[in-house]
Amino acid sequence: MTSPRGVSKQWLITLPSLAWLGVFFVIPAVLIVVTAFRPPDLQGGVGSGWTTETLQVLRDPAYLPIVWRTAWLSGLTTLVCLALALPVSFQIARVGTRMRQFLLLLVVIPFLSNFLIRVFAWKSLLHPEGPLTKLLIALHLVSEDAMLLNNLGAVLLVLIYTQLPFAILPLYAAAEKFDFSLLDAARDLGAGPWRSFSKVFVPGVRRGLISAAVMVFVSSLGQYVIPQMIGGASDEMLGSKIAQRVFSDRNLPHASALAAALMLAVLVPMLIVTMWQRFGRKEAAS
Amino acid sequence: MGGFLVIDHVSKSFGSLRAVDDVCLEVGPGEAFSLLGPSGCGKTTLLRMIAGFERPDSGRILVAGQDISHLPPEQRPVNTVFQNYALFPHLSVWENIAFGLRMSGRPRDEIRGGVDRMLELVRLSEHAKKRPAQLSGGQKQRVAIARALVNRPQVLLLDEPLAALDLKLRQHMLMELNTLHEQVGTTFIYVTHDQGEAMSLSDRIAVMNAGKVEQVDGPEALYETPRSSFVATFIGDANFFTGTAVEHQHEGYVRVMVDGLGSPLVLSNGAVGSNQTLKLMVRPEKISLTLNRPPSGERVNAFPGTVEDIAYFGSHTRYRVRIGEHRVIAQLQRSRFSGGGIEPPRGADVWMSFHPDEARVVRLEDAA
Repeated sequence: MTSPRGVSKQWLITLPSLAWLGVFFVIPAVLIVVTAFRPPDLQGGVGSGWTTETLQVLRDPAYLPIVWRTAWLSGLTTLVCLALALPVSFQIARVGTRMRQFLLLLVVIPFLSNFLIRVFAWKSLLHPEGPLTKLLIALHLVSEDAMLLNNLGAVLLVLIYTQLPFAILPLYAAAEKFDFSLLDAARDLGAGPWRSFSKVFVPGVRRGLISAAVMVFVSSLGQYVIPQMIGGASDEMLGSKIAQRVFSDRNLPHASALAAALMLAVLVPMLIVTMWQRFGRKEAAS
Repeated sequence: MGGFLVIDHVSKSFGSLRAVDDVCLEVGPGEAFSLLGPSGCGKTTLLRMIAGFERPDSGRILVAGQDISHLPPEQRPVNTVFQNYALFPHLSVWENIAFGLRMSGRPRDEIRGGVDRMLELVRLSEHAKKRPAQLSGGQKQRVAIARALVNRPQVLLLDEPLAALDLKLRQHMLMELNTLHEQVGTTFIYVTHDQGEAMSLSDRIAVMNAGKVEQVDGPEALYETPRSSFVATFIGDANFFTGTAVEHQHEGYVRVMVDGLGSPLVLSNGAVGSNQTLKLMVRPEKISLTLNRPPSGERVNAFPGTVEDIAYFGSHTRYRVRIGEHRVIAQLQRSRFSGGGIEPPRGADVWMSFHPDEARVVRLEDAA
């Protein structure tokens, strides 16, 4: 496969997907960055000429708490999703084929209904007049005037709910390839069940962990529907601001500047992770 | 109970299948012991119960007098070399071997010393930093053995240790395992379906069939005096004849009437009643073929037959001889036959003979 012929053949096979990525990912991404350097026009479009003025909005200290909130909400969502998805994927990979198919179906079932509808369902579920609030009040678990909706906790809860399948699926894919006899070996060598899990299973699915973390973190960063529908007025995330710039302010360059900043904030760490993996592999091979 | 490892009336069922059925075994300290049998005979289940991966339904397992039946695997003074080695792919060879010592919280110096000593023992010191994926099959196996032995187990379990290796390497590792066992002196329990492996690795072998132990003996005793036809066929080849004891002779010999063959005189190990139906076993290499009738005498069993088929194996030749309704396999070395003159061709009329001491009476309950 290392012959020049083989390499060129590989490129040929990859060409369609590269073309797809180029047209639908790279070009739009470049357009966003380019638009950030354009002045806005009054009709909500993009004016002519070049300017760095829009970039000044990134310096606006009002964004800082939003960026910070977006980061920790996404980070926490990622951590909770991984913590929940690890034992779930472990179990799914261990049960028999029939049970496995059933459990995977359960994981995927939420995708059968629209994302907006599911978020809306949470909204009515958490509503002060909703069944969950009433149940919790009846059980005396919360006070009469408890507000389950329109706060950060609710945003975090629904974020975790929507992102969890994106953590379970890549982790399951990794767990399915995991050789479970390694856990027998770990137990045999004196590791208890918990240490077998943490010292052998978790490192064994670390590639799945990395993909799950990237999937959940990146798609959490861009969320704006959840903070808008579930969160309170002060629970905005960066995505909310971008949507606001596009739809309310009709200021595309401003929105582009924010989007480009977010995109770079995602791409740079991913690049670092990829490099780290490459380096790790080289180290293992030497 | 004088054994070091004692299996005391252990049973284990999976659903309606009795995988291990009331097994009793005693293995001495430092012994190399094999559990031998076809797949599904319960040997692996028994091994997994000793290791702690399965709990016996009834019975006890003792190591050095301590009942370990209800301890989880991590608390047993037993380590396992897994069939597929089960090396941790994310750890180096060195870290794989150190794993057990780390889990038991040994001091750093002790871990370093122990691992380095093990690496030397299995001659892998220069591969310490490699990952398992970069090793050959034989090297992986040596890592698996070192990883288990570094914990100084009282009993080392080896599950089909040579099954994953190719033929040449297998023969080499056979010698290595024997040397290693001599060096460390730990009790080794092998599980294998390969009778050759079991014979050359062990001091004693337990032959298992359908969850039960058929016979426990040294390799030679198993081959020379199998107590059941199952053991006789599982270890080596055998010809069987069913007959009736007709006449007892002194010194433990009995004359057996076999329909369509005659009445050979055979050594009877154990009590055989008159008119009792029994089964005779003769190993193919104990049978002689001659063109002329061998010199007659009380002590020679000779029957005329016809050569049906000949298969040449280099070191020996196998003949299938038809005597009435019986088909007898005889295995001859070339040099041996040269004494009798020319080799009989296919279709030749020959005399098949064996000495009474070379025939064995085996249990009839396995006649089917």
